[in-house]
Amino acid sequence: MDSPFISFRQVVKRFGPLTVVDHLDLDITRGEFIALLGPSGSGKTTLLMMLAGFEQATSGSIEVGGVRVDGLPPHKRNMGVVFQNYALFPHMSVRDNIAFPLKMRNTPKAEIATRVARVLDMVKLSAMAERKPAQLSGGQQQRVALARALVFEPQVVLMDEPLGALDKKLREQMQLDIRDLHRRLGLTIVFVTHDQDEALTMSDRIAVFNHGRIEQIGTPREIYELPRTPFVAEFIGETNLLSCKVEEQAGETVRLTTDGGLTLSAHAGAAGIDGGKVRVSIRPEAIRINDHAAATANRLTARILDAVYFGDHMRLVASVGEQRLIIKGDRTSEAAEVGREVALSFAASDVWVVGSCDQTSATA
Amino acid sequence: MRPLPIIKLIFASFVVIFLLGPLVAVLPLSLTDSVFLNYPISGYSTRWFKELVTAESWRLSIVNSLLIGSGTTVLATLLGTLAALGLRGKRASLLVSTLRTVFLLPMVVPAVVLGVGMQLMFARYGLTNTYLGVIIAHTVVAVPFVLVNVSSALQGVDVRLEQAAASLGAAPPTVLFSVTLPIALPGIISGALFAFATSLDEVVLTLFVAGPNQRTLARQMFATIRENISPAIVSAAAVFIVGTIVLSLAMLAIRRRMA
Repeated sequence: MDSPFISFRQVVKRFGPLTVVDHLDLDITRGEFIALLGPSGSGKTTLLMMLAGFEQATSGSIEVGGVRVDGLPPHKRNMGVVFQNYALFPHMSVRDNIAFPLKMRNTPKAEIATRVARVLDMVKLSAMAERKPAQLSGGQQQRVALARALVFEPQVVLMDEPLGALDKKLREQMQLDIRDLHRRLGLTIVFVTHDQDEALTMSDRIAVFNHGRIEQIGTPREIYELPRTPFVAEFIGETNLLSCKVEEQAGETVRLTTDGGLTLSAHAGAAGIDGGKVRVSIRPEAIRINDHAAATANRLTARILDAVYFGDHMRLVASVGEQRLIIKGDRTSEAAEVGREVALSFAASDVWVVGSCDQTSATA
Repeated sequence: MRPLPIIKLIFASFVVIFLLGPLVAVLPLSLTDSVFLNYPISGYSTRWFKELVTAESWRLSIVNSLLIGSGTTVLATLLGTLAALGLRGKRASLLVSTLRTVFLLPMVVPAVVLGVGMQLMFARYGLTNTYLGVIIAHTVVAVPFVLVNVSSALQGVDVRLEQAAASLGAAPPTVLFSVTLPIALPGIISGALFAFATSLDEVVLTLFVAGPNQRTLARQMFATIRENISPAIVSAAAVFIVGTIVLSLAMLAIRRRMA
């Protein structure tokens, strides 16, 4: 990895007795699209606000391009910020909104005109230049906010849940548009969201926040497939979290007994195994139904308790003895019938150890 | 089950009659051609309106009212807006709530009390019988109106707009002048109109601090009604009422346009 472009070192933010960001370290590479993902109150927005300069860190340092910025006021940080509610100036036209950062930089008039025209074209709003923000739809306002944050070619673009207020279809379109802009312009983007799908589809890396700390940071694939803690496993996508007792360990493979009484072969995972009790995660889509050909380590007989049609898949709930499992099934599967007995199979590598139980109770 | 709405209607009508009755009764007299302020009106003429602009005392008082009103408006709007900006977004501490109360106090303190105090103080600084003195006196009672209006307008200014402006490169004064104040402008304008109206209407403080040269329209009406009851008073009142209506309409129009 290159030397970091943005780096947070031991950053702490307290509001009175409340520690919102807790001794946090984070490095961001130039040109990277990083998503800060976490539930509300996990500190991700506060971190963004400290990077933008709207909040002061209680302690620690923030550097951008090798320069400490944590003492600089926001107007000297040269960062484009896109807010959740867009924060467009209601008394200015679209054109004046976008020209604002250029005027602040005393850009010559002619250049302002050409640059504004260029970004308006980029976000496909050239026809709306003279309108006031109130006369635009949510998606259009969002694109104006984006154009305004990009027009002055800031060193970083910060986005605080910018798509939260849009409907699903528009949001997906904007996700693709922003990702495309990121690729084309080589922008460094720090993107705050609580929507895991958004984080998975858009970013190069995801930092999962919980209680003011980063629980795990990695590519979307690492975060989804190799979660290091129960929190990450549960927050990203749906999963089956089971508490187990370790019976025997042979290299990467572990034999476990769940609290529900099942015996499983599992992968040791990244969390490491210490202590006799661990938690494992099994993704619903990793479990196959009535696939007798597959040579897999784990085979169970289960009864279907519930089946919900989702269009592209079926969400099934099965019980194996006392243990309940959520399964993402084929939509055509004839097994998707409540009360039917089915054979479940999944590989040892799909049973992922995400931490010991003692650890869990400590972080929860 | 009809009586309640009917009672409401009757009650409301009485309130309206009570409030507007005196105006309706007196206003036609502004057009009388008689020298007496009573009905029946023998003939209509605009002589009393002419009197307002030709008679030295009336003319001077109108000019004074406009002069003092404008001065008060400028001063009170400036001070009230600054106060509102200063008190904005502060957590409710003892200091902030005390300051706010102090600013609003002139609304509730009896004008007579204020007047006495001001006369004593102004005499000390040579401000009695000066325009500046009257403007300061009127400003004291006009500032609360500006403060209340501008405060509520500032509450409607999203902090994130100011943060956005800062992130785009605007230094704090630029944020204030290009974002905060323009968005709060309707509130500032209605505060200014309130300040002007307050000054026009003010009699008690004027009695205490103004000299013969600073006699305002309201003060002149007050004096005239004791000395000689002339229909010119009613004409002056008519001017007042029309002026007030115009101001309120202007305020509504501005609010409508900015909203």
